[in-house]
Parts: sequence; structure tokens; C-alpha cells
Amino acid sequence: MEIPYTISTRPDTGLWNAKIGIWLFLASEVMLFGGLFSAYVFLRLDAQPGEWPHGLLNVPIGTMNTAVLILSSVTVVLAWAALKMRRYNAYWWYMLATISCGIIFLFVKLYFEWPQKFSHYGVFIKPAAREKYEQYLGNHRRDEKGLEPRIEITGHLENHEALTDPNVKEYEIALDPVNADPDNPSNDRPHFIPLPATDKVAKIEKADVERMDSFGPWHSAYFASYFTITGLHGAHVLGGVLVFLYMWLPVSKKVYQRNPEHLANRVEVAGLFWHFVDLIWIFVFPLFYLL
Amino acid sequence: MDDSTSLPPSHGFGATGETHAEHHHEAGHEHEHHELGFWRKYIFSTDHKVIGIQYGLCGLVFLFLGFTLMMMMRWQLAYPGQPLPLIGKFLPLIFGANSMPDGKMTPEFYNSLGAMHGTIMIFLGVVPLAFAAFGNFVVPLQIGAPDMTFPKVNAASFWAFAVGGAIMLISFFVPGGAAKGGWTSYTPLSDISDKGPGFNLIFNGQSLWLIGFIFLITSSLLGAVNFITTIIQLRAKGLTWMRLPFFVWAQFVTAFLLLLAFPPLEAAIIMQLMDRTAATSFFLPAGMIVNGAPLHISGGGSPLLWQHLFWFLGHPEVYVLILPAFGIVGEILANNSRKPLWGYKSLVFSVLVIGFLSFIVWAHHMWLTGMGSTVSAFFQTTTLLISIPSVIILSAFFISLWGGSIRFNVPMLWVTAFLPMFGIGGLTGIPLAFNSADLYLHDTYYVIAHFHYIVAPGTIFGLFAGIYYWYPKATGRMMSEFWGKVHFWPSLICMNVIFLPMFLQGMLGMHRRWYDGGQGWTLAGEHIWGLSGFQWNTPISWAAWIMGLAQIPFIINFFWSIKHGKKVNDNPWEATTLEWTAPNRPPHGNFVTTPVAYRGPYEYSLPGRDKDFTMQNEPVDPSERSRKTSEPALVH
Amino acid sequence: MNNPPDIAQDPAEHEEYAHGVHQHVSRYLIVGAILLFFTLLTVALSYVDFGGFFAWLFHIHISPATSGKLNIAVALIVAAFKVSLVALIFMHLAAEKRLIYRVLIFTGFFVLGLFWLTYLAWYDPITR
Repeated sequence: MEIPYTISTRPDTGLWNAKIGIWLFLASEVMLFGGLFSAYVFLRLDAQPGEWPHGLLNVPIGTMNTAVLILSSVTVVLAWAALKMRRYNAYWWYMLATISCGIIFLFVKLYFEWPQKFSHYGVFIKPAAREKYEQYLGNHRRDEKGLEPRIEITGHLENHEALTDPNVKEYEIALDPVNADPDNPSNDRPHFIPLPATDKVAKIEKADVERMDSFGPWHSAYFASYFTITGLHGAHVLGGVLVFLYMWLPVSKKVYQRNPEHLANRVEVAGLFWHFVDLIWIFVFPLFYLL
Repeated sequence: MDDSTSLPPSHGFGATGETHAEHHHEAGHEHEHHELGFWRKYIFSTDHKVIGIQYGLCGLVFLFLGFTLMMMMRWQLAYPGQPLPLIGKFLPLIFGANSMPDGKMTPEFYNSLGAMHGTIMIFLGVVPLAFAAFGNFVVPLQIGAPDMTFPKVNAASFWAFAVGGAIMLISFFVPGGAAKGGWTSYTPLSDISDKGPGFNLIFNGQSLWLIGFIFLITSSLLGAVNFITTIIQLRAKGLTWMRLPFFVWAQFVTAFLLLLAFPPLEAAIIMQLMDRTAATSFFLPAGMIVNGAPLHISGGGSPLLWQHLFWFLGHPEVYVLILPAFGIVGEILANNSRKPLWGYKSLVFSVLVIGFLSFIVWAHHMWLTGMGSTVSAFFQTTTLLISIPSVIILSAFFISLWGGSIRFNVPMLWVTAFLPMFGIGGLTGIPLAFNSADLYLHDTYYVIAHFHYIVAPGTIFGLFAGIYYWYPKATGRMMSEFWGKVHFWPSLICMNVIFLPMFLQGMLGMHRRWYDGGQGWTLAGEHIWGLSGFQWNTPISWAAWIMGLAQIPFIINFFWSIKHGKKVNDNPWEATTLEWTAPNRPPHGNFVTTPVAYRGPYEYSLPGRDKDFTMQNEPVDPSERSRKTSEPALVH
Repeated sequence: MNNPPDIAQDPAEHEEYAHGVHQHVSRYLIVGAILLFFTLLTVALSYVDFGGFFAWLFHIHISPATSGKLNIAVALIVAAFKVSLVALIFMHLAAEKRLIYRVLIFTGFFVLGLFWLTYLAWYDPITR
């Protein structure tokens, strides 16, 4: 038994089956990420002044990862075109490039970007005590200029025992430049190259602290959406890489030898998915890294 | 996507001894002609009919299981605090010592039962049965296709469903028991329940509920993609859109609802899972205090966000439940009134409009959450608009009966019962659509009665009708008429005894989630028709248990008839649609000759014919054409 | 891009078809370059103080909050442009069949509904 229109097109729709299938699947993916992005919008609109952090992610690395994904989108469409022109060798190299780009993207995300966040801490100061830490927050000047107040002090934690030992009454934080020099107008906007924590250490009494967390998903609604959306996006990248790997292995050469169009169709379908993953990232990048 | 089926067998998904004659000669020489083993043929099959039956059997089992949970709850409601006789002593052995100590139900266990009743009935019972089982078995046959477009994806869909179902069941046996937050899992309650000392981070009721759901959603998505592609691509030659049976249209729209409405819930479920395992605060506002201690959370989340995303699925889901039943009812109605379905085009367009509108009515579940008047006015308007196509459909069904020579066989009995039952369910929904009336009725038994009238005597009656109707196609034998009637009449009566009094209880203001059935509430003491609001629980519960017994004839009939039912020909109901041109127990690949459609789906009682039904694959003869009745299904 | 209903068996015919594909390749490369350029552009634009710029240009006062919103709008416009390039060229939506457009129009409508109505519900509460 054969299913009709797996390779050739049905005359009245002009499409083969998997083409419709993948577009329907992408439609559902649009709704999935649409749900997550609408949650992002909802939570961001709901945030109190100063609650939504800015400039905590590494922009150069994010830019590089964006470029890597765009590059992989180009190579995958070239791989497909190579198949259409019956150049298997070119296809093989383009596919390898695509897979490598996907792996680089994931590697940067998992081994560099995410772990970097977990060693960074933010200390939220109780509203009543904010005056006391004015030298780190610089809210007087911000008020005058009409900027949102700063409510947290960020940096590296010097005394890790403070997290567990109730007898230690203070957190010692090696301050980020923003809090080390809060009145400098250049710190009002995020820096392109992230500056390392300074050696200026602030002592913050636990009694004045509302909450103290590392930059994990538990830190704020911002990091919650960041980790969830990039995590889910990363899962999609991983899925795409696995599918491409299958199409790159010798198994698929047999498909090509039997009917090149069949492999071309498969690559096109997987490519559509890959472009979609790229497309999501094009929104993720400005929403989380830049704004 | 799976498109490997066009490959030779070494790579393709399978050869079978049952490939039909045509292909035997064409491609047969490459196929190996051995019978597939039991496992490949009945368990890990990629044949749409087998998958449909697998879905159907699982769906029926889950329906009965969900109903059993409710029968247990009904004891607690009618006789609060009293030990459950007979089985009460054994239940703690299954569900753990904290579920029913001394046979008395604990509040936590009651909540578990309530949440899981809803979840199992909707997502593991009705959707798999109505959409996946009937859709899988009937749709490819009705459109004259050899199978679904992506058979392997189809099998993956079933197995994702099976895993999801298994996870839901396992959640009963983890410490603390199954999810307790209601089938809606409202936050912040479900963010913080089943958490803390004594609970595993992952293996607790609520987290397993979420994980199970991810599998169920995956299953539905794969199914929906497959259904839509199949209906678009594999329609037989000549089967134009306006010649599709109404059931196929209903499934088509249902598939779109699942495809586009489920993913936002998946997003919400991922977020709730993050809240529970990664300590995020998507749905938790700042300053939460639990058991007297402030929670260490970042806050900044919104409980309303969960409700928006949940009901964005939740409302289309209601139509996922009812549309397939509409489709089944339409088929059986036309067949047994022996005349064309009245207003075929209006029916089709009504279904499309329902599908469209169902996406923009969701916040009518949220009148009590403090939305402003602009939002309320918008959703109130769309909610009332959606009643128009629903009324058109129901009216068209009623008018279809007019002047027909009706055969009251078992499927038709269920269908005739469906019509008024769905009518009651639909009409009692109108007060709930109004913001002002709903403020009072919200979360009372009135709501329970309203949606159960739609889903229980509505959808499930439609599904029973479908089972009796297509049973001969799947097995080659009829189910017993007599035992069918023994199944039908008690079910119909009990349904009404169960749900009619709930309207009264609801109007008294009895809350739907009370553990003691309203015993401790003064106003539940008010008498209506001789019984107080609380006392009405007793007849309701007894009716529920009797209805449980009434399903036994069905179960016996269902299995007994496989071997011993009356043998029938390929078209026992003298129907017109293409599935009846396939042999009974259709082989792999379905049709002996590839069907071609020449006419509309419901050409019953065509003038000038010697029989009262004309099948879709009967060519139009010249005499017909001269009478300009080439598409009589659309002419009334 | 969709295949012709029957795959060309004749090599000469296929040459012609492959030639059509060959012309696309340069287009893909150009689009890739444009995308990379706009990625850098959007990063650069996010560091521009639009509020200050327009305040200087039109001699008006623009609050920092409004200035931030301008940045958001600019970034989203650039992202929308990039996304439409990917969709139209890489995903071949510029020349796709009507059926696909229909599916996507429906999806687009419902996504917008999800965003708009959620926004509306946030915007218009009885109590906050």
C-alpha cells in the first residue's frame, strides 16, 4: 500500500503531504511561542518600576550566537539547493556546517551563558532601607532625571557562608560597576561589553535585605522567562540538530540514490523547522538581550 | 515528517499480507508476503483502523475509570463522613493509608478524585474517543483514503497518549496522591500544593499531572496535523469539499481547534512546571504567605496569566468535545431518517464559525477575576454570538427529522436523546454567558449541571451512537439490539435524575467543590420539591450508581458481539457514504478498488430510484442529470 | 518551493530546473548578509538614546520612559523586518501555495488575539 502524494504534488493543492504537515506543525509552534511571549508581555507590563532588570545578559555573545543561527539558516537552504541541483558533496558539506552551527549555539548557551549567570547575585533591598544604601543605588539622581529606581545591588558574593550560616549577619558583595559608581550617567544604560565586577566590596546587612538570589530563573520574572524561553528554544535547536544529523549520515545517502527528490523534500521540511527556530531567536535576542 | 512510506519495504514502514489486490500486482513483487506478527499488527501498528480501535478501547476504559472516581465522590456527597460500605476497606490498600482511613474519605483524597475525574474524563476519555478513535477509524474510510498521510506519526500520537495516560494513573500512587487543584489547576494553589517535606520534586501529584499533560498535548498535536493533512490531501477523486460527509467537516474543524488552542496551554504548563521545579514565579505574586510563613519567591508573576492561557485552550476544548459528536449525530440522523441532512451548507458553515469564534470567548470563564467592563463586554458579546451557529446546527438536526421515515434502531435512539439533552445543556449556558447572572451562579452546581448536560448526555450519547453505528464496519457483526436498549433507557433516565436537580442545588448557591455536599451550609437546608438542597444529593448519587450498573450490558454486548453478534453485509445500515463501500473489517489499504465520488454525501430517497439510498460512488446517470438533481443533497 | 507534479526524468529537463534553483543561491547569500547586517544594526540602535535625539531635533521634552519605549519599537520593527525576510525568502513564503497562506492567516489572527486580549485584560482591571 502506498500513500499518495508523499513526493509528487496533489494537483488541486499543488503540495505534497509533508509540506502541509510541517506548516501545520509550525502554526502550532507559533501558538506555543506566542503563549510564552504573551506571558512575557503580560509580566513585563505588570512589573513595578525598577522590577524589570536591564543589561544583565552578555550582548556580544548573544550577537555572536544570533549570527551563528543566521549563518546556519543560510547553509541549510544552500544544502537544499545543492540537492535540487543534484550535488550531493556540496549538500554534505553544507549540512555539516549547519550541524556545527547548531552545536556551537548550544555549546555557548549551556557551557558559557547559563553558568555565568548562576555565579552572579542580586540583593534586593527593603524599601525602607534603600536610603541607607544610597551610595550603591544612586536613586536621588535617578529620581531627578525621571528614571526608574534601582531596587537591587548586584555583584559577586564574597562570603558564601552567609547563604547558609545564620550567624553571619552581612552579605559581602563585590559590586558590579553599576552599583560601584551609581551616579555615573554612563551606567544609566547597559554597556555593550559587560564590565567585570569591581573590587569594591559592599557590606549589606541581612536585616535590610528583602531577598537575595543568584541570577537563576528564581531571580525575577525576567530571568524566569529568559530561562524558560531560551531553554525551550534550545530544545528545539537540539531537535533540529538531531534531525539534520540523521539526514547527513550515510543512511540518507541511500534515500538520495533511490530518489534525490525524496531527500530534498525531507531537507526542505527540516529546513522549514530550522528557519522557524531561527525566526524565534530573532525575537528572543532583542527582547531579552537589548531591551 | 513521515514520508518514507513510498520507499521499498527495506526502508518503508511495512509490508503486509493484507495489501489489497490492486497493489499486489503493482508493487507486490517487492513486498514480503508474510503476515505481520501479533505485536506489529495489533499493538505497534501504523494502520489507522488499528490505531483508532486502540484509542477507542483506551478511551472507553478511561471513561469508565473517570466515572468510577465520581461514583466514589458521590458517596461522600450523599453520606458525608460515613465509611464507604464494601469496598471502603480495600481502597486504602490501593490509594495509600491517607486516602480513606477506616473507609472514610479524607478531604485531600476527595480533591484528588475531583481533579482527576475532570482530567481523565476530558483529556483521556472523551477527546481520545471522539476525536482520535472515531477520527482515525472513520475519516480515512469516509474520504476514500488508503490510510492517514503520516502513519508513523499516527502511531507516535497514540503512544504519546498512552504514556501521558500512564503518567496520570501513576500519579495516584506517589506519596501524597494525585493532583488536587481541580482539572483547571488554578494557580497559585497548584503552584504550591504537593510541595515541601514528604513530597518529591518531580514525583508528586501536581508535577506528574503537568508532565502527563505535555505528553497528551503532543499526542493531540501530532493527531491534529495528521488529520488536517489527510483531509486536505487524500480525499478520493471527485470528493469535493461540499461533498464531504458532515462528520469529516466536524473532525476537520476539531483538528484545527486542537492544533491552535493546545500550544498556549502547553506554554502555560511548561511555566507551571518551572514554577514548581525551578522556583520561578510566573504565576506567583510577591508577598505570598503559606502556612503562616512567607514564601521565598521572586514574585512578579500573575495568577491571572494562568487563567488566560488555560482558558485559551479551555474554551476551544469544549468544542473539541462537542463537534465530533455533532458529526456523528449528523451521519446517523440522515441515515435513519432516510432523507438528506437538512441544510448541509448551513451546518458546515456553522461548524466553521463555531471553530473561529471559540477562540475569542475564553474569558467568560473568568468573570469573577476582576476584569474591567470593557473586557467583559467584549467577551460577553462573542459568547452570545457563538450561540447562533450552535442553534443553527441543532435546528437543522431537528428539521432533518421532519417528514422522514425514521428507524428507531439503537444508534438512532442515542441520537434522538442527544438532541433535547444538548438543547438543555446549551440553553442553560446562556445565563452563564451574562456577567451579572454568572456572578451568582459561578462555581455552583448549576455550572456542573450545565456543562455535564453538554458533555455527558450530549457528547457521550453521541459517542455511544457512533460505537453502535460503526461497530459492524470494524467487526463485521452487529451489536445486540436488545441489550443496546437495556443500555440506553436506564442511562437516559439516570442522566436526567443526576443532572436536573443540580440546577436547583446550584440556584440555591451550593458550591461545586464542597467536600461535605453542603451539609454544613444553612441555605442548603431549604426545601425544593420536598427535599433540601443537601438531601437532593442522595437521589443524585443513587442515580449515578445505577447508571454505573447500566453500563454493564454495554460492556458485555461490546465484547460478546465481536464473536457472536449477527453477521452483516458491508452496508448494514443502507448508508450512502464511502466507508460503507469498503469491506467489513477493511484490510490494510482499506478499499478493494480506489473509490471515486460522484455525488453528495446524503442522497437518500432520491426520486426515481428503486432503492432509497444512493451511494456516493454510484455514477450519475444521464436521466438524473436532465432532471437537474445532480447535487440533491444541497437542494431542498 | 514545490516540485513539478512529476519529477523530471529527462536529464535535459532537469538541467533547466536546476538552473532555476542555481539562480536562487545568490539570493540566499544576499539575504543572509542583510540579516547579519541588521543584527549588528539592532544591537547598535539599542544603545542609541532616541529620547535625547528627538528632544534635540524637535526641541521637546521626552521622558526616559518614553525614550525606552522608542527603543522597544525600533528593535521590534527591525526584528519584524528580519523575520519577514527569513519567512519570505528562506521559507519560500514569497511564492507559496494558497492553502499555506490560509493556514498562516488563521494562525496569525489567533496569535494576535492572544496578545491583544491578554493586553486588554491587563489594561482594564476593576482592581489591581
